[in-house]
Amino acid sequence: MTIERDPAPHFSEFSHPERLVTADWLEERLGKPGLVVVESDEDVLLYETGHIRTAVKIDWHTDLNDPVTRDYINGEEFAELMSRSGIARDTTVVIYGDKTNWWAAYALWVFTLFGHEDVRLMDGGRAKWEADGREYTLEVPTPTPTEYPIIERDDSVIRAFRDDVLTHLGNPLIDVRSPEEYSGERTSAPAYPEEGALRAGHIPSAQSVPWSKAVAEDGTFRPLDELNAIYREGAGLKNGDQVVAYCRIGERSSHTWFVLNYLMGFENVRNYDGSWTEWGSLVAVPITVGTEPGDVPSR
Amino acid sequence: MSEQQIPSQLAEIRDDFLGLELRDRLQLLLEFANELPELPDRYRDHPDLFERVEECQSPVFIFIEVENDVVHMFATAPPEAPTTRGFASILAQGLSGLSSKEVLELSDDYPQSLGLAKAVSPLRLRGMTGMLARAKRQIRFKSVA
Repeated sequence: MTIERDPAPHFSEFSHPERLVTADWLEERLGKPGLVVVESDEDVLLYETGHIRTAVKIDWHTDLNDPVTRDYINGEEFAELMSRSGIARDTTVVIYGDKTNWWAAYALWVFTLFGHEDVRLMDGGRAKWEADGREYTLEVPTPTPTEYPIIERDDSVIRAFRDDVLTHLGNPLIDVRSPEEYSGERTSAPAYPEEGALRAGHIPSAQSVPWSKAVAEDGTFRPLDELNAIYREGAGLKNGDQVVAYCRIGERSSHTWFVLNYLMGFENVRNYDGSWTEWGSLVAVPITVGTEPGDVPSR
Repeated sequence: MSEQQIPSQLAEIRDDFLGLELRDRLQLLLEFANELPELPDRYRDHPDLFERVEECQSPVFIFIEVENDVVHMFATAPPEAPTTRGFASILAQGLSGLSSKEVLELSDDYPQSLGLAKAVSPLRLRGMTGMLARAKRQIRFKSVA
């Protein structure tokens, strides 16, 4: 690890406290060699209205997704993106963003597909930074390009494809969408555009835990005892479980993947990024409607 | 509708975008976002008149005024949603001053002609398409009423 971890005591109860930094920690280290700050937002222009000093922008649509195939960029494209962002393979990357780090967690998940070792979230994201009254700048950095190695994306560990989900049925599934999407009233979050799933509902047996339950009022992650109440007591997750999380296109569930994996210590968590826009349009896969999880279909 | 029939103010906006590199198109969109005018006093306290554009991820509300067959579009969206503000501002500037007929005859695909799909992604651009569709619907409704 290039830069020492944030020793903030309230992180120490998490299974991977090195994955989080506070705004204080970050502000003190801005500009430090070996550290690159990345902003990743829902709104593609938000960075341009002001961002944390030295931060570069990585957009989930235009940088991380392949423009043609519904998939992520490949190893060459990731290396190119890292190089122009001034990120070397051993750089400490701290990601933050709007909407309680929703998209920041997504970017972190994609970084992890490429095995970038030291990538962290700034707890609370933009909202917390602003609430603290901290500064933004309009100055866009011009990073020195790096020699980032071409690493093949590894989809086998933290990513689930539709066939993996079918095989997984019978193991815990967490549906992190809104209650309206889960029950089948809508195919996208309230007040969000409908994004083309032909059927509404959820994958049978999935527990409904909207992603935002993991964050407190101020946008930071909840303490471990509250997370345990939500995911263990509430959704029935147990040590050793294999878990698949999904949402609509895989972004909100990256946030839950982060929580289960790095804060709560579940070691076998995958994000099904095809999520509802794929499952809700697949031919002949089982779907449950209503507020109950429903039974695993017999095969 | 053919090329020649696009009202000149909308054609100018389109040509301004198309004349720029991708990165600069985002900057121009940001300029539009910053130019979105405040609501005039007569509408400031009338949220009831405004229609939410559900196709947009961020809360944006639009209201179309038609007086003597001259269209005026008003919109309000929060500062933390600059892309949505930019879309609203383009339409507010592009549609205001046109006749109802000119707006209704405008291609529904006008947002796709600005060369923004690559800069902001096609999915986000849907928000602007939704906004235009709702603007047209309000005009149709008002011309019947």
